[in-house]
Amino acid sequence: MKRGDFVRQMPESARDFGPGAPIGERLRIDFWLLLILLALSGYGLVVLYSASGRDIEAVKRQGLFMLLGFGAMFAVAQMGVNQLRRWTPLAYLGGCLLLLAVDLVGIGAKGAQRWLEIPGLPRFQPSEVMKLMVPLAVSSFLAASVLPPRFLHVVITLAIIGLPMALVLVQPDLGTAVLITAAGLIVLFLAGLRWIYIAVVVVGLAMAAPVMWNYVLYDYQKQRVLTLIDPESDKLGTGWNIIQSKTAIGSGGVEGKGWLHGTQSHLDFLPEGHTDFIIAALAEEFGFQGVVALLALYIALVGRGMWIALRAQDSFSRLAAGGLTLTFFVYIVVNMGMVSGLLPVVGVPLPLISQGGTALISLLGGFGIIMAVGTERRRMLG
Amino acid sequence: MAEQLSIRDTLTETRVFSKRAVVATVLVVLALAALLGRYFHLQVIEHEVYRTQSDRNRIHARAVPPRRGLIFDRHGVVLADNRPIFNLVITRERAGDIDRTLTTIGQSITLDPVDVERFRKRMPRQLPFEAVPLRFNLTEEEIARLAVNRHLLPGVEVEAELVRHYPFGALLAHAVGYVGRINEAELIALDQTDYAGTNLIGKNGIEKFHEDALHGSVGYENVETNARGRVLRVLERNDPGAGQDLVLELDLEVQRVAQEALGAERGAVVAIDPQTGGVIALASSPSFDPNPFVSGIGSRAYAELRDSPDHPLINRAIQGLYPPGSTVKPMYALAGLFYGVSTPTSAVSDPGWYQLGGVGRRYRDWKKWGHGGAVNLSQAITESCDVYFYDLANRMGIQRMHDFSLQFGLGAATGVDQSAERRGVMPSNAWKLAAIGERWYPGETLSVGIGQGYMLASPMQLAVMTATIASRGRHYRPRLVQRVGGRALEPELLHAVEIPDPGHWDTITLAMEEVVHGPRGTAKAINKNLSYRIAAKTGTAQVVGIAQNATYDSAALDRNQRDHALFVAFAPVGNPRIAVAVIIENGEHGSTTAAPVARKVMDAYLLPRDDAQGPASPAPVAPAPTATAVSTDPAPPAQDPAAVAIPAAPAGPAPEDHL
Repeated sequence: MKRGDFVRQMPESARDFGPGAPIGERLRIDFWLLLILLALSGYGLVVLYSASGRDIEAVKRQGLFMLLGFGAMFAVAQMGVNQLRRWTPLAYLGGCLLLLAVDLVGIGAKGAQRWLEIPGLPRFQPSEVMKLMVPLAVSSFLAASVLPPRFLHVVITLAIIGLPMALVLVQPDLGTAVLITAAGLIVLFLAGLRWIYIAVVVVGLAMAAPVMWNYVLYDYQKQRVLTLIDPESDKLGTGWNIIQSKTAIGSGGVEGKGWLHGTQSHLDFLPEGHTDFIIAALAEEFGFQGVVALLALYIALVGRGMWIALRAQDSFSRLAAGGLTLTFFVYIVVNMGMVSGLLPVVGVPLPLISQGGTALISLLGGFGIIMAVGTERRRMLG
Repeated sequence: MAEQLSIRDTLTETRVFSKRAVVATVLVVLALAALLGRYFHLQVIEHEVYRTQSDRNRIHARAVPPRRGLIFDRHGVVLADNRPIFNLVITRERAGDIDRTLTTIGQSITLDPVDVERFRKRMPRQLPFEAVPLRFNLTEEEIARLAVNRHLLPGVEVEAELVRHYPFGALLAHAVGYVGRINEAELIALDQTDYAGTNLIGKNGIEKFHEDALHGSVGYENVETNARGRVLRVLERNDPGAGQDLVLELDLEVQRVAQEALGAERGAVVAIDPQTGGVIALASSPSFDPNPFVSGIGSRAYAELRDSPDHPLINRAIQGLYPPGSTVKPMYALAGLFYGVSTPTSAVSDPGWYQLGGVGRRYRDWKKWGHGGAVNLSQAITESCDVYFYDLANRMGIQRMHDFSLQFGLGAATGVDQSAERRGVMPSNAWKLAAIGERWYPGETLSVGIGQGYMLASPMQLAVMTATIASRGRHYRPRLVQRVGGRALEPELLHAVEIPDPGHWDTITLAMEEVVHGPRGTAKAINKNLSYRIAAKTGTAQVVGIAQNATYDSAALDRNQRDHALFVAFAPVGNPRIAVAVIIENGEHGSTTAAPVARKVMDAYLLPRDDAQGPASPAPVAPAPTATAVSTDPAPPAQDPAAVAIPAAPAGPAPEDHL
């Protein structure tokens, strides 16, 4: 209790809780978030078992990653907001160095260098970690000065976003680059970026688009955009993925074909059915019902995240929680939009459902940050 | 300072954040609505479209080829059956880059350029998702090599197929024919649906003639395949209709005897049941093994057969055309009686030659000094007197000879159930004008009178002629097939020769009987130990050139300029059950080379078989044990009430009482 009092005045030094605090706060766990995350993880494993062609090993591996992810989440949550804030600049710089390392000595897959192999550690994708570090770094930088940000701060913020973006773009990994940029910009937006800047950027982008098209985008990236407009134009090439995933989704109907009975995924018509395109396998087997259920869980997660952000007491917490939550939602929109043919195909996994270790761990790490913010707030109020 | 500012701005910052959060939430809701709308559109509104597409993705109709009908001889011996082989097939839609696929396959097994070319020709015309064969008859080792590289070869499969096998090889190559790979021309003409999944088609003989019955009807199955084209399961199956089995009139044992009797000679034997037209034996020598043709004979082996001076690929029984020589004399004798230009007793003086109108060119008799001062019909046939028939022909005229001969099957295709039959020539004035552009000269009539000149006939035609004489004018269409799929074919009476005086048949038959049994008969050499009566006629045909359109080596000319030996016969007299025509190319004398062959064939058919191994003792009176077995011949038409000595049923009791 003594400590409890103390804590109210000097929150950054408080490492433990008095017996009076609720158990969630003492453990720095947001039970709502945990519950929803567990539900999504379970859903993901069920879908993965089918989408991987009944590969129980893949499911076990994914389960193991989930355990690691939840562990990371708890660990991050334990650090508390101020610790996180303190370590953010270092982590950001470390992440950028790792990205640089990937560009220099990374391991390739499908024409892009994304993996980094460090002796003694499992292979991982630094770009996934940067999805977390960029919004965190931007939050940290912006919260350090007066908000809404002034022009100079905006420029520096853009630099903070731009460096990792450029490094990821070189790999090349357009999807992650877009997500990293989006995550940084979302924080900038939440911080109160003036509408006039936003308007200028939108107009500027519109004007720059043709230049980007002609000089910046890789051919495969352009092809994906073209394919989006008319998938039939390249039936067996890039269009194949979209045609097959739309067929999988559409053929699922309202009720779906039933678990393990998706023909598109089980007969290998659906490419990447267990990774980026897993929503198509889910939609095929569980139908529109399954999609709605998934979206409901996602929305609950986003809602809880925004709730935590809104109730946070300092700008860093607000920006970090809100930024991460909205970034999470962007993943969902980009993935589900691309698989259903609304958006161009970029390599973005479906959060918590797609197979993939690094993404899962960094994602759950992100929720650890949100949990840290959430429990911090209550502890202070308590 | 900064701390102060920060604290002072907290409220503003919170308010700004809240506003932005609300804007963000609105955007989230909009995006959510877009996603939901998109999935609703795909899964609910356009569900049917995508379900159909999904089914089309995975479900493919696949042809199930029918089993080809088997061919049995009259006693139920299988003459053509099916056995499994393994083929390499490629499905174009799944193989991706065909060139690369072929290269990869070529690294595992040897590919003949001929196979590759045939594959490339056939591929573009194939139905979608229909496999195209590349290599046939893979060995175990080749199958294993391909299996190792299977992951590199999407759309490439090893498929089991039933292919034709001819257990008796060369013995029946001409009668039964053979099947072969569908060639380009056939592919264009064929119903693609009907032959989906089928690689073989009848090329000649029975196999070609009865292709429709033997082929059966194609079946289909809907199979579920994965994206790489592997068939995972059959969803629905529409069974193919098996091809119909054929039962032949042909008697394997008689066929064997006929082929063996021909031996190394070039020649042919046709034996017909005069009561039905059923072909008991059809042999052409030399023959060849048809089995290599089924899986695709090598070009060198084929060239060897094609270029052989003996022409083994030609079915001499129906495609070999020869001057019939004296074998047509009994028919002309009957014509003379019919037209009233001669009587059974009217005689002709034969000094060894005949002169048209008593002047000009002398037409020689084969016997230099002639057959005597008064040669009557019987003697003329028995001794094969040429002058008698020069005289008869002269009095009858070519038109009447032509008209009469046509009733016996000469000069027109016999209509036998074989492919590529040649019709021969029964000349007339009209024929000569059309074919040669000249009018008919009376002297040419004389040549035709002894079966020479323009006259050409196939052994099949001669057998039909002989059978028509044997059955007293009942001219049946000759046929090898007795039953198609359990349905008996009725004998087809093409024509009934009307002879007002039935005694004329007796006159002719008696004279022909004398050829074998008479002391001066030209074929009396074959009557030793004969337990039944044979009516026959020998023939010797001058070789004017080989009548088969064949060009022979000049080196072989000597041998090929010898006369052809011919022989026609039927037996037993009184109730004829077999009529035989034999030709031995360059065999010189019908009596010495051809007649013994006919005797063996008739013995084989008419005499009871003692060995148990022979498939065929048709002796049991009880109904045949299987549908394919014996005794299905309809009872012979009772046009000859006198002929009761021998039961109509197959040859149980030895016809000794005829001796």
